[in-house]
Amino acid sequence: MEPTPHTLRPGLGWSVRIALLETRFQFLSSLRLPAFAVPTLLFPLFFYLFFAVVFPSGGPSLAAPTYLLATFGVFGVLAPSIFGFGVGLAQERDSGALVLKRTTPMPAGAYLFARVGVAAIFGAVVIVGLFLLAGYAAGVELYRGQWFALAGAILAGVLPFSAIGLAIGAWAKQQAAVAVVNLVFIAMSVLSGLWFPIQMLPGFLQDFANALPAYHLGQLALKVVALDLGRPVWLHLVLLGGQTAICLVVAAAGFRRFSGR
Amino acid sequence: MTHRYGDVLALDRLDLEVREGEVLAVLGPNGAGKTTAVGLLLGTLTPQSGAARVFGAAPDDAAVRRRRGAMLQVSGVPETLTVAEHLALFRAYYPSPLPTARLLEMAGLGELRDRRFGKLSGGQKQRVMFALALAGDPELVFLDEPTAGLDLDGRRRLWDEIRGLRVAGRTAVLTTHYLEEADALADRIAVIHRGRLIAEGSPEEIKSRTAGRVVRSVTSISPETARSFPEAVQVETRGQHLEIVTAEPEALLRRMFELDSGLGDLTVVGAGLEEAFLALTGGVTGGVTGGAGGPEGGT
Repeated sequence: MEPTPHTLRPGLGWSVRIALLETRFQFLSSLRLPAFAVPTLLFPLFFYLFFAVVFPSGGPSLAAPTYLLATFGVFGVLAPSIFGFGVGLAQERDSGALVLKRTTPMPAGAYLFARVGVAAIFGAVVIVGLFLLAGYAAGVELYRGQWFALAGAILAGVLPFSAIGLAIGAWAKQQAAVAVVNLVFIAMSVLSGLWFPIQMLPGFLQDFANALPAYHLGQLALKVVALDLGRPVWLHLVLLGGQTAICLVVAAAGFRRFSGR
Repeated sequence: MTHRYGDVLALDRLDLEVREGEVLAVLGPNGAGKTTAVGLLLGTLTPQSGAARVFGAAPDDAAVRRRRGAMLQVSGVPETLTVAEHLALFRAYYPSPLPTARLLEMAGLGELRDRRFGKLSGGQKQRVMFALALAGDPELVFLDEPTAGLDLDGRRRLWDEIRGLRVAGRTAVLTTHYLEEADALADRIAVIHRGRLIAEGSPEEIKSRTAGRVVRSVTSISPETARSFPEAVQVETRGQHLEIVTAEPEALLRRMFELDSGLGDLTVVGAGLEEAFLALTGGVTGGVTGGAGGPEGGT
């Protein structure tokens, strides 16, 4: 054992170790919470099975399972990100767990890393499940490169969606956060074309979709399978980046208010 | 240090020193500013004026955080993780943590190590929070109302565990609104009332100063006259009764019987903490300056 441990400056290795440990325990904690784990893991698979495999309807029969593979994938990443951050964070703040952690040497980055990491793990499990269903049950055929590009595009959604959850969790109390997150989750997934293409919506709602991060991520994922609306990638990336930045600013303001309280 | 929440002045020029190796109890009624003081010393709050220093550094300095532990008044940890898992995580934060077995033993959690936090009783949860505060083998421990909400048995158990800290030579800051608790655990007591330090001293000194009584009677003495008595700290009429808060009930009663031999329906009861604080502040709660030495008077 070191003679005067507290004078040692912990390095990057220590921070990484804490971040991984934090991720492991947050994952275990989420997995043991049926209200979080069951809908997050099963809903996207169930909806895909229902709409793409059992009752595929509308459009050319092969396009619908492919379209829904991309958009339910986005849906599957949206849920753990926005619920994990939005509700999980509000809950840990209300219970005092967050303040307690702030008194410990835990780096704040480790906590954020863990929340994003847990959302990514849940998202990845959903993606694998959807791919298996699509490939073996819905008859979706893609090039190998497309499968990987699709998985990457969808999984990248963890970052902008976590930022939305962070903004909600930073401001709302736990009870309110549950309601707000549910509302945002459902409204955004419908209005972003995750359930059906937004061309089926009235014109003003199609314009409004530009304000929604899930719409842009959905378009990026759909571009991989050539079912998007044909707008340039950079436009989606710029708008998605801007929306994420706004969420982070809103979240930072919420945390400042919280620590001044 | 001074701290406000909006228009509410929570701490008014509080000057508090914690000495190495002592258990300091910060005693005060609800809303006195105890938790605010702890927040400032932990660095979770920043004072509007003044500064808190811990080990010669800012309270949220990384090196400071590695040397101290805290048990907060409103605190929980995720309910779906077990006691052992929470300990494993908190131990990892510190460079030389206490062994898990020792933490379980110190907090009396032996049989509960694989129980999920959400399945524990209130007292057991408090003991887990106590163990988490000690996970890093801290030199300095903050315990903010550690026994709030516990039953008598739970309180006694936690007292025993907190006494163990003193044996181990740690420095501890404990907040409480029970004089009994401060007396049982602390080397020194600082009394806070309405954000100000109003008294500071050994448990014996504080106890003797807070030995206030309420004298209640039906009497012809007017409240105005009663207020002029040197022994009277506070005078109030309740229906037919006159209530006088005093630190010297015998002298007060002698004076009252001289003025009104027909005095009746007399009761003398021990003052609650509120009355005790009034006794300490000399009844002038609005304008007392709480210097480090506390007000003069008492015994």
